[in-house]
Amino acid sequence: MSDLAVRNHRTLGRRVSRWAHERKLGRNWQFYLMLLLPLAWYFIFCYMPMYGITIGFKKYKAVVGIWNSEWLGFKWFRDYFASPYFTRTLYNTLSLSLLSLVCGFPLPILLALMLNEVSNRVYQKFVQNVTYIPHFLSTVVIVGLLSSFTNRDYGIANKVIEWAGGTPDNWMQVRSMFRPLYVGSSVWQNMGWDSIIYIAALAGIDPQLHESAYIDGANRFQCMWHINLPGIMPTIVILLILNSGHVLSVGFEKVYLMQNNMNMDVSDVIATYVYRISLLDSNQFELSTAIGLFNSAINCAVLVIVNQISRSLGETKLW
Amino acid sequence: MSQKIAARALRKPAHNSRKAKEDILFEWIVYFILALLSIIIVYPLWFVIIASFSEAKMVISGEVLWRPVHVTLENYAECLKNGDLMIGYRNSLGMLFLGTAVNLVLTILCAYPLSRRDLWGKSGIMLYVTFPMFFSGGMIPTYLLVSKTLHLTNSWWAVILVGGIATYNMIIMRTFFSGSIPYELQEAAQIDGCTPFGILFRIILPLSIPVICVIGLYYGVFLWNSYFQSLVYLTDKNKWPLQLFLRQILVANDVSAVDGGASVDEMARRAMRAETIKYAIVVLASVPMLIIYPFVQRYFVKGVMIGSVKG
Repeated sequence: MSDLAVRNHRTLGRRVSRWAHERKLGRNWQFYLMLLLPLAWYFIFCYMPMYGITIGFKKYKAVVGIWNSEWLGFKWFRDYFASPYFTRTLYNTLSLSLLSLVCGFPLPILLALMLNEVSNRVYQKFVQNVTYIPHFLSTVVIVGLLSSFTNRDYGIANKVIEWAGGTPDNWMQVRSMFRPLYVGSSVWQNMGWDSIIYIAALAGIDPQLHESAYIDGANRFQCMWHINLPGIMPTIVILLILNSGHVLSVGFEKVYLMQNNMNMDVSDVIATYVYRISLLDSNQFELSTAIGLFNSAINCAVLVIVNQISRSLGETKLW
Repeated sequence: MSQKIAARALRKPAHNSRKAKEDILFEWIVYFILALLSIIIVYPLWFVIIASFSEAKMVISGEVLWRPVHVTLENYAECLKNGDLMIGYRNSLGMLFLGTAVNLVLTILCAYPLSRRDLWGKSGIMLYVTFPMFFSGGMIPTYLLVSKTLHLTNSWWAVILVGGIATYNMIIMRTFFSGSIPYELQEAAQIDGCTPFGILFRIILPLSIPVICVIGLYYGVFLWNSYFQSLVYLTDKNKWPLQLFLRQILVANDVSAVDGGASVDEMARRAMRAETIKYAIVVLASVPMLIIYPFVQRYFVKGVMIGSVKG
């Protein structure tokens, strides 16, 4: 063994150890440099508003700032629970979101199951793409179309109703039509888009299952019902849990656009009420913050409860 | 792929003719329902298009049902004459490009480090990032932050920054990075002396075009279509995006916004025409998103499906 060989061996050893060190690239500062901007964004736009929640427990004075405003305890919550708006907004929010869930949740699953049965690829792609289109329209456009279509004098929907022997009306102004129109147009808009994830899940089902079921004498419907549906069940459960976390947050944008004096008592949801009392008609920042917190807390609680139920039933869980 | 195999397996000639009949009937029912559904979804859109190309009188009297009657481009000409709509279009396009770029940069910078399995402190950062998905400060604290603390009122940045990262999109992207790009590729680059930024730019990004396009589409569609942030933060009409002008014209039914300064004798005719102009406006407002979609559509399977299913 010459001196040279030893030296070579040493440098090799050093190089190996440097590789070993670099394998722990996860501690490299550059990763944290990358994360700097996003994490700062989360801090400023997600966590700082959470601090702002304290307004809901204070008498907020803009001049002295949030920190120096005087504490009031649960006064604003008591105010909200005692006001006539509490039951109205809570009931409207819950009924609208549950109705949306009941109508809007199963349909994308059915659509995906049916699309999966179509053996003609061209037809399948055609239907798929056609059902996606409405997703790309804005809420404003959807509501604008709704009011044009249901216009008493020249709406196309009223032409159809007239032709079928009914009486035309300005349906957007009819109180009892608010919920059906809201839910119906939402289903129309999102059914195709929401089915994407189930279609992806269906593509992951092992085709051998179908083959063996076929040999055992199952027909197509039985294959769909006993193989495909259970196959995508985990995806369904996860999405159901996630959706349940939004039970108290119906889309403000659409409800606000569809709201008018005639349907106010069914269309006034928590979000529109908060917007009205804080930014539109008056500046009751404390009360609206308190209501917002109540809303967030319920959403969070429902999510946790549903997740726990799903866990204890041995189904899929979020965490 | 597997779907194709499954379909092929099911199309094998049946051993039992009774069963084959059952299956044929089943398939016909499925085809029929899907055809019906497609018609229900497409007809309102088709009607908007044909109405926008037809004469107002024909639309209102209900003669336009399946195809345009008395084809005219008048409705579109009226739209283009409208100054407000043009301002809105310009602002929306500006916000679309700027906002989507900001969204994508932030999302990629967040998703890549979190996709590394060796990142120190990963689970803590994930918790920090996902918690706001389930609990948020709410409308008013955010409003006070943006307007009083950051003084961003009347600036596009208010709208763009408030929607900076959608955590759900970030998670889809992260899953794509960690699940669809071989980790060995990153390791090899690392051994050759590539830094994390080098890996991001030379390996991750070139291999992630599908998911970046799809997530970009998500952000873009959201920015183009939402109006609430702009309603709250932008009071100067010159900064308004298209959706706020649309709201004024389509929903608040402000006909004067369509035809500013009409003379009295023309009022009736114009009120009638406003109805068809609305359809033309709807087409113009929706076209940009519908144009982008086909280009991104081919990435759907590769991009989101992989990302979302595993996520």
